[in-house]
Amino acid sequence: MASEEASRSPRRSRREPEGRAPRQDKYSVLLPTYNERENLPLIVWLLVKSFSESGINYEIIIIDDGSPDGTRDVAEQLEKIYGSDKILLRPREKKLGLGTAYIHGMKHATGNYIIIMDADLSHHPKFIPEFIRKQKEGNFDIVSGTRYKGNGGVYGWDLKRKIIRDGAKPSVFFTGSPDDSFVQPVLRTKNLIVLFNSRGANFITQILLRPGASDLTGSFRLYRKEVLQKLIEKCVSKGYVFQMEMIVRARQLNYTIGEVPISFVDRVYGESKLGGNEIVSFLKGLLTLFATT
Amino acid sequence: MTKLAQWLWGLALLGSTWAALTTGALGLELPSSCREVLWPLPAYLLVSAGCYALGTVGYRVATFHDCEDAARELQSQIQEARADLTRRGMRF
Repeated sequence: MASEEASRSPRRSRREPEGRAPRQDKYSVLLPTYNERENLPLIVWLLVKSFSESGINYEIIIIDDGSPDGTRDVAEQLEKIYGSDKILLRPREKKLGLGTAYIHGMKHATGNYIIIMDADLSHHPKFIPEFIRKQKEGNFDIVSGTRYKGNGGVYGWDLKRKIIRDGAKPSVFFTGSPDDSFVQPVLRTKNLIVLFNSRGANFITQILLRPGASDLTGSFRLYRKEVLQKLIEKCVSKGYVFQMEMIVRARQLNYTIGEVPISFVDRVYGESKLGGNEIVSFLKGLLTLFATT
Repeated sequence: MTKLAQWLWGLALLGSTWAALTTGALGLELPSSCREVLWPLPAYLLVSAGCYALGTVGYRVATFHDCEDAARELQSQIQEARADLTRRGMRF
């Protein structure tokens, strides 16, 4: 199996697939999607723009988990527009989880670098050339986007208005009229609590795990393909704890990690996403990592 | 060694040193001023750590980057994207 090969001999496993000149770098973007009918065209457009403007060789692998909202139809249109060598559709029957989505996507990836990111416009593709530059600069195994260093940061919007306008699922920028925009991202009391929790959580994580990366739960990263394969093999958690575990295991295996500040759209910035449940599951995940790594 | 093990070792080491010194188990004759400081030291350190934690997190919350320009740029790019994609045959 490809992943077993990778764990035995990371260098040798970088076989040259057909149609790619040896030594030329190719970047495969893995986009797991679920109900992203509105955002998928936008994120793909931004990706194509960023890559073309920088002359980077790329492919985008869309892994849709049987979205009921027609995401697949939109993905097929994108494939027609941009070509099936650039847009690869590799859907699955039902919602199966992120780790398996990455594994599934990597099986079809012909790049030697993998970029993982969210498909909901929270991550902006304009940072990808910076990731690539950073990776070359330090010959890093992993480059992670961080919200907590440099001029990294977050912006959000008034969730209440979005829910009233769009119904149950606040989709980003469901544009209609010009002033269908988000409100000023002013930090109100509610947001301060969320922010405090987020910074507090990061602080505790740094103290307990000393991970050598400033943003552990972030999921906007660039990996060498064989590194990602190796890490996924080793990781056992789910959700964002999975992202944390990837970095922690990477350090254990002495992989090098570079960081690039990013701006992040937090779609649920104002919402009590950090309700009791989330906090408990985060702490459980953190303590598990603390006790087992 | 797991992080938990590291912490436990560290705490055990410091704890036993402190206990040994304060109970005079090592037979050392420390001046009383030293003992007065040493005895409540763990409590002081705990409180200081708590203050440091709150202060650091508070500072980071206060100075957190709220990237408004990025938000505006994204919005205009989205308009551009929808126009371009519609031109290329995308049915939204």
